[in-house]
Amino acid sequence: MTATFWQKVDKTGRNLAPFAVTVMMVLVGMIPVPVPGYAPVAPNLTLVSVYYWTIHRPDLMRPGVAFLIGLLQDFLVGGPLGVNALLLVVAQWAVLNQRRVFLASTFALLWFGFTLVMAGAVLLQWLAFSVLDAAALSILPALFQGLLTVAVFPAVGWLLIRVHRAFLNG
Amino acid sequence: MKPRSSGSVIRLAAPLRALAQRFSFLLLVLASVALMMVGKIESVSVDSARARVTDAFAPILDAISRPAATAARVVESAVELENAFDENQRLKAENARLLQWKQAALRLEAENNSLRSLLRVRPEPAVNYIAARVIATPGSSFVRTLVVTAGRRDGVRKGQAALAGAGLVGRVIEVGEWSSRVLLLTDINARIPVILSNTRQRSILAGDNSDQAKLLYLPPDSPIQVGERVVTSGDGGLFPPGLPVGVVTAVSERGIRVLPSADLSRVEYLRLVDFGLPSTDLDPSPDSK
Repeated sequence: MTATFWQKVDKTGRNLAPFAVTVMMVLVGMIPVPVPGYAPVAPNLTLVSVYYWTIHRPDLMRPGVAFLIGLLQDFLVGGPLGVNALLLVVAQWAVLNQRRVFLASTFALLWFGFTLVMAGAVLLQWLAFSVLDAAALSILPALFQGLLTVAVFPAVGWLLIRVHRAFLNG
Repeated sequence: MKPRSSGSVIRLAAPLRALAQRFSFLLLVLASVALMMVGKIESVSVDSARARVTDAFAPILDAISRPAATAARVVESAVELENAFDENQRLKAENARLLQWKQAALRLEAENNSLRSLLRVRPEPAVNYIAARVIATPGSSFVRTLVVTAGRRDGVRKGQAALAGAGLVGRVIEVGEWSSRVLLLTDINARIPVILSNTRQRSILAGDNSDQAKLLYLPPDSPIQVGERVVTSGDGGLFPPGLPVGVVTAVSERGIRVLPSADLSRVEYLRLVDFGLPSTDLDPSPDSK
C-alpha cells in the first residue's frame, strides 16, 4: 500500500521474470548446434519452463501467458500457427489441476510428473502435425525429443530454481 | 443462513474463479485451433506477420547463436588436431585427383564455350550469390527450416535457392527486412523439380521429415541406379538448372530415396542464389490468371 513508484516498478519487473525466462528458453532452444541430427530432437526447454512456473508461481504463469509464449514459438519456429500455443495451454491446464500433488512432492516425483506431461505433449504435437500436414508422420523424432527433454530436465530445473530464488524471493 | 458473509463469499468465489479459469482454458484452446485454420487459409498474411516477428527476434538469435558456434568450433578443432596427419595425407591424395579433374573441367568449359558460340545458345542469366549466416533452427521434430541473417535489403526474394557447401539446402519461403527463412528440402512441405544426371529423367524431390528425400512421379520402369546424381532441373524458373542436390541411395518398391549432398544438420553459412529471373515472386497476385 505504501509502496513507492520505484518499488512498484521493481515488483513488476520481478514478476515478469517467469515470462522473460520462458521467452529466453524459446530462443535458446533454437540455437543451431552443429551436431548431426540434433535440430529435430532439440530439447523442448519452453515446456520445462512453463511446467516449473505453473507449479511454483501459477499467478505469474497464467493460461494467457502460456498461450502468448506458444504463439511466439509458433511464429519463430516456422511451423503451423497455433500448435505450440495449444500445447502450452493444455500443459499449463493439466499441471495446474494437479498442482497440489507436485508442490508437496520430492524432486523425483516432479521429474516423473514432467515425464508424463512430456509424453502428453509428444502425442499432442504428433497428432496436430499429422492432421495439419494430412499425412501419417513418424512419431519417432518427437519421441526422442521427449526423451532428451526429460534427460535435461534436472539441469534446466536447477537453473530455474536459481532464477526463482534470485528474483522472486520475498 | 448464518451471517458468515466472508465464508460464503469465499465459498461462492472459489467455483466462480474455477469456472473463469476453465472458461479461459477453453477459450484459449479454441483460439489455438482457430489460429491453425487461419494459418491454413490466410497463409500469405501469416507469412508476413511471421517474417516481422522473426525480424524482431533476429538480433537476439544472432547474438546468442554466436557463442554456441564458437564453442562448437573449438571442440571441432580439438578433435581435428588429433588426426591432422591422416587428414593431411588424405587431402594430398584428393588434391592430386582434383587437379586432374580441374584439367578436364577447363577442357570441357572451353569446348562448351566454342560449341555454344557455334550454336548461338542464349547465355543463362547471370547468377549472384548472397551469403548468410544460420542463426536458428526450429528445435521442433516436425518442422525443418533455418533462419538466416539476410533479408529483403540484402536482395533476398521468396523462392530463391539456398546452397551450402556441396549442394542445395532448400528454398527461401519467407523474407523479412534483415532475416529470412529457408525451408529445407527434407521438410514434408518441400517440393523441388529435379533431373537425374545420367538417365535425364525429370522428377520432383519431396521431403518427408526424415534425413533423406524421395523422388515423386517417376515412371515405374525407369532405369535408375543407386549412386546416380540428382540436380535441379530449373523447371518452373525458380532455381537455376544444374545445382547439385544429392545422390540416389536406395531404389526399392517403397520409393527412390535421395541423400542430400549438403550436410543439412550442420549448416553454418549458406549462399542464396539470386537467379535474376523476373518470375521469382511466388505471391499470388490478383491479376494473374
